[in-house]
Amino acid sequence: MDNKSLVSIDDYTKEEILEVLARAAEFEKNPNCNLLEGKVVASLFFEPSTRTRLSFETAISRMGGKIVGFTDSSSSSVTKGETLKDTTKMVSNYCDLVVMRHPIEGSARYASEVSDVPVINAGDGANQHPTQTMLDLYSIYKTQGTLENLNIFMVGDLKYGRTVHSLLMAMSHFNPTFHFIAPKELEIPLAYKIFMNKNNIKYHEHTEFNDIINDADILYMTRVQRERFADPLEYEKVKNVYILKNDMLENTRDNLRILHPLPRVNEIAVDVDENPKAYYFQQALNGVYARQAIIAKALDL
Amino acid sequence: MNAKKELQVSAIENGTVIDHIPAEYLFQVINILGLDNCDNSVTFGNNLESKILGKKAIIKIAEKFFEDDEINKISLIAPHAKLNIIKNYQVVEKKIVESPDKVIGIAKCMNPKCITNVEAVTTRFKVIEKTPITLKCHYCEKITDHKHIEII
Ligand SMILES: [Zn+2]
Repeated sequence: MDNKSLVSIDDYTKEEILEVLARAAEFEKNPNCNLLEGKVVASLFFEPSTRTRLSFETAISRMGGKIVGFTDSSSSSVTKGETLKDTTKMVSNYCDLVVMRHPIEGSARYASEVSDVPVINAGDGANQHPTQTMLDLYSIYKTQGTLENLNIFMVGDLKYGRTVHSLLMAMSHFNPTFHFIAPKELEIPLAYKIFMNKNNIKYHEHTEFNDIINDADILYMTRVQRERFADPLEYEKVKNVYILKNDMLENTRDNLRILHPLPRVNEIAVDVDENPKAYYFQQALNGVYARQAIIAKALDL
Repeated sequence: MNAKKELQVSAIENGTVIDHIPAEYLFQVINILGLDNCDNSVTFGNNLESKILGKKAIIKIAEKFFEDDEINKISLIAPHAKLNIIKNYQVVEKKIVESPDKVIGIAKCMNPKCITNVEAVTTRFKVIEKTPITLKCHYCEKITDHKHIEII
């Protein structure tokens, strides 16, 4: 097993998170370099994710690296029944680093154990997506000047949203106060409440989305999806409750920034886009710098 | 009185008696401990009366003394099991089974979308709660609680 891999956000200590964020800031100043010159990165997307793949490929290209791989499994040997183990073993012989997206949970950890080179998890089903978390952290760090002692409000689907769970775990190093705003059906899972209780992390749960956000430093919006509800009537009841509109931001803090992992559907009204507190488009760009820093760390560069 | 109870199966001179195994798990315990492949003389009794378990099983293994981490593997399915260490027909030591910190290759992850249920991967869990035993998958990071523990 290669301990240079990044599979889960828990693989990074607090110090490593801060080190990667500092490095991301350097890449933001000078995105183009030749750190990856002569290196080959395998980009294995067993399921399509254009957004994440383009972000990684941009990061690799800006560092002067070459990319091999596939963009979805229908064009690869996977459809011929090859195991993940065999694909990973074969590819890791060719390259210096593997970036992998796979629909099966735990696939990235397993790949990191059979691969001879570090593996960066670009999403393994509903489990982990640590590079998204690092770009979220970088966005928070950049806009607030610190990660310490912030009021983080998370809104929407807090039950299934893996970005919410990973961000929660990562922010736990920095003495946050969490506010969770979600319908009962999509509340934050018990396992995370136990974790926060054990670690003395302050949190509050709300079902109403109203002026309590006036205390927020960060508003992290997620999508409430119809297919998460067993009862369609329950969805109809809540579908318009967790939508952020521009007039709700009137009395919020000046330093408030609104984040969203994208793609958005209707959970942030279009009139918010022009508000200087809207940060979700810049957030996506931060992903390139965060991924450059993660790649550099994985390869000891 | 104790010595008499042990005679429910048959006395051994030296070895280990594992008592209070739930009757339905007798053969899984034999499997986990590899008793189906050992040369020692092994005797067992099943469906014996037990106040705690209803029906219990007992296994006696002659000339065998288990290491703790070896025996603790059975705690997943036999958390109340008790060990009597026998020397010269006498019980010289009693042990209870303790939950291990890690469980490797014994239990199945309850998450159907886990890589261990899709490909031939040895399962690995961290024991995050000992009573009732609760496992966290090393791969998919999902929890398998004691009600859903399935032995491979
Ligand atoms: Zn699993």
